Amino acid sequence: MKGLLEHIGIESGRLHFSWVSSAEATKFVEVAQSIAAEVKALGPAKYLIKKRAEVA
Amino acid sequence: MIDYTEKIRETARRLLEKGEVEVFIGYRKGSVPMMNEPALIRSPEEANQLHWDSNCGLNLCNYLTKRTEKIGIIANGCNSRNMVTHIVENQIRREQLYVVGIPCKGMIDHRAVRRAVNHREILDIREDDETLTVRGTDFDESLGKRDFLQSNCRICAHHNPVIYDEMVAEPIEENGGVEPYKDVEKIEQMTPQRKWGFFTRMISHCIRCYACRNACPLCYCPTCFTDESRPQWVGKSSDPTDTMTFHILRAYHCAGRCTDCGACERVCPVGISMRQFTKKLNKDVQEFFSWEAGLDLQQRPPLDVYRPDDYNDFIK
Repeated sequence: MKGLLEHIGIESGRLHFSWVSSAEATKFVEVAQSIAAEVKALGPAKYLIKKRAEVA
Repeated sequence: MIDYTEKIRETARRLLEKGEVEVFIGYRKGSVPMMNEPALIRSPEEANQLHWDSNCGLNLCNYLTKRTEKIGIIANGCNSRNMVTHIVENQIRREQLYVVGIPCKGMIDHRAVRRAVNHREILDIREDDETLTVRGTDFDESLGKRDFLQSNCRICAHHNPVIYDEMVAEPIEENGGVEPYKDVEKIEQMTPQRKWGFFTRMISHCIRCYACRNACPLCYCPTCFTDESRPQWVGKSSDPTDTMTFHILRAYHCAGRCTDCGACERVCPVGISMRQFTKKLNKDVQEFFSWEAGLDLQQRPPLDVYRPDDYNDFIK
């Protein structure tokens, strides 16, 4: 899925996958922070956003 | 390849007469040139409707899903791979099928032929092994068949069926060094912006008719996600984002299952190359799981099994 989305132009670094157990609070924090940082660095998403319908 | 027709008719007649199959699935000539249609033949007398030439690009596997009777069916390379996929996915049982194998030399791209005659109306098309003779009211042109093959047939490495009970002719030599993913690699080199531009332009003509889905033998869900309204997974209008979502999801449902038969592109009324989506996934499963769909009745597909050494670099 990541491969395909990045293939059509979603920037690498916008889509993340992770496996965090409910017992891994520290890992959760780390993952969330690193994702937030990477996505912020990329700026707002430009693609695959549904705006108001372009067709009536 | 044209001379297969007689052999196919004979075989169908024999199977139906002996009662070995209740229905024989093949192609017959369509009502317009280059548009052969699937035919379900139930009596030996009807067998002479059957036809084979380079316009049999629809995938017959569509007509197998959940059938209960004994079926005779013709299969070239890609169709047979879809049969394997159907069997592996429990949509049909191998014992129900009598597969008449066809060594296939590729289907012709009807759009390319139309372009070659400047979109004048084609009234008749004939072919022999090398040439196509296209006729209209005011023209008569010969074209080299090889130059008009469908793009998926040019890169085909499975001309001969994977499973069969009998063959209509001797298997032909497979293409050696085809490089199937050159176009995908070209897109992979692009920047995200150019990729997005490429795919957005590509699907901009999509009218959401779902012909690609309907022609695809993999799309056998009783209700497709596009047709569901509770919940509504994807918007139904031709809004560009909804259309892109549809194409991404349709392709993803084919991951590890697509045999690149080209039926989707063939039936698209506006000529979208939606194989660019599925080909990327085919390339990925090949790279990550060394998998090509529909080659083996015993092996489970990669998205169906878990192995400790599965590719998981994308998971943090």
